[in-house]
Amino acid sequence: MTVTAFAFYVFAISAIGAGILVVFSRNPVHSVLWLILAFISAAGLFVLMGAEFVAMLLLIVYIGAVAVLFLFVVMMLDVDFAELKASMAEYLPLGLLIGVVLLIELGLVFAHWNFAPEAAALRASPTPSPAEIANTQALGAVLYDQYVYLFEIAGLILLVAMVGAIVLTLRHRPDVKRQDVVAQMHRDPKAAVTLIDMKPGQEGRAHGFRGK
Amino acid sequence: MMEFFTNTNLGIFLWTLGQALIVIVAILVALAFLLYADRKIWAAVQLRRGPNVVGAFGLLQSFADFIKYIFKEIVIPAGADKAVFILAPMISLVMATIAWAVIPFNEGWVVADLNVGILYIFAVSGLEVYGVIMGGWASNSKYPFLGSLRSAAQMISYEVSIGFIIVGVLLSVGSLNLTEIVMAQKSDFGLLGWFWLPHLPMVVLFFVSALAETNRPPFDLPEAESELVAGYMVEYSSTPFLLFMIGEYLAIVLMTALMSILFFGGWLSPIPGLADGLHWMVLKMLVLFFLISMVKAIVPRYRYDQLMRIGWKVFLPLSLGWVVWVALAARYEWLWGLYVRWQTGA
Repeated sequence: MTVTAFAFYVFAISAIGAGILVVFSRNPVHSVLWLILAFISAAGLFVLMGAEFVAMLLLIVYIGAVAVLFLFVVMMLDVDFAELKASMAEYLPLGLLIGVVLLIELGLVFAHWNFAPEAAALRASPTPSPAEIANTQALGAVLYDQYVYLFEIAGLILLVAMVGAIVLTLRHRPDVKRQDVVAQMHRDPKAAVTLIDMKPGQEGRAHGFRGK
Repeated sequence: MMEFFTNTNLGIFLWTLGQALIVIVAILVALAFLLYADRKIWAAVQLRRGPNVVGAFGLLQSFADFIKYIFKEIVIPAGADKAVFILAPMISLVMATIAWAVIPFNEGWVVADLNVGILYIFAVSGLEVYGVIMGGWASNSKYPFLGSLRSAAQMISYEVSIGFIIVGVLLSVGSLNLTEIVMAQKSDFGLLGWFWLPHLPMVVLFFVSALAETNRPPFDLPEAESELVAGYMVEYSSTPFLLFMIGEYLAIVLMTALMSILFFGGWLSPIPGLADGLHWMVLKMLVLFFLISMVKAIVPRYRYDQLMRIGWKVFLPLSLGWVVWVALAARYEWLWGLYVRWQTGA
């Protein structure tokens, strides 16, 4: 067995094992941690295929940012395990039914799978070999030269989606106190602080101040 | 003999293992003295003596501490999630260590010369946050949990601006390979050819972001002792605590290495005519480490809302704007091509 094959089996088995454990873990936080292991294994598989740029993107975007936020949310959830288990039995038949229906549908699709006549030609379109050109340059040439307008449009659509999400959830609530940083920084110490010369034994007269 | 190490599978494995071991041992030994230096500098600023008992001038203090940590009892809280609790410090240490695989110390002196070296470092330093989050959550206690939530938010926020600063440098280099980033700074003008000059504002931003990314004072909110006792490390003792601490310091030293590679020409000599070499790289890292420890000594801790505001409302727009500026300057070769050191496609 070559080193590459060995590495492939290590990553593949850990990806599948972690994927199974995501579903079967009792603790949701453990599930997310297994999910992260599955991501890392997938990144390893990408490296083995010579797609090191995609692997690093997977690590940075999915594991470094998305999964952290995911973990963040799951850790804050107050999950009642007893209740979860009770409802598990309730929903099990329905879940099984959906699973069986999906399986039959997929089976029907795959049984009648036909490739379009153009598919072979499309797949044979020239992709430079990883030895000739670095991954990053090859992807850059495709994204920013060949399909630059599609790429920009995709970016615009994402921007619109983001603005939409913010608009939908943004509410100006007058009863919430907000911090005005500029006002805080430009506050004049002379106007904000008053020095009171207290005589010993005298009753305090300043705001809420009680001597003794 | 050489053929065995370059042609057979076992040979390549042993060769790489040997290189990795040399790097790890060298860095860990250096780390022991850097820890000592950190404490001495801190003490000097506060007019104290600092560690001065173990060995000559206290030089062996770190090793004494090391032995102390190893021989203490490992206490695992009853309510803790045992597996995750033990795993967290290990992840913290391993992630901080494997990032060193792509750092070049001299021309060709690198364990793995990846084409996507800088992305690899960025990815691995992104994974470091898991050690902190998992440790805080697994402790099943309030202060560690708050500390880990803080650090998750903090590290993600500052990673964004670090990413944009790196993109700016990459636009000038035209490669993601760390060796090529250094070689792009080689010129006849010595230190004037390095990237600190064209990217000067970003050097400051990167330095501050590096402090925040590694939970270093003045941004050590995840372990602010006045609010959270020791943050995510509260429940840790003995060896697990040691692993956390080594991981944290390794990340800091890694940031100094990254800064010297990105902005200060790595192993290149500052004065034209002098030989390039490992000593320049080490010297630059030491100077940067000195700056980082001075910051710890003289800057008071930030408030958490200030930290977040600086990250999102100041650093992010500035670094994003800088990327646009560098892209224009590189594309049209403004300022005598100061911003572009490669053959652009145009």
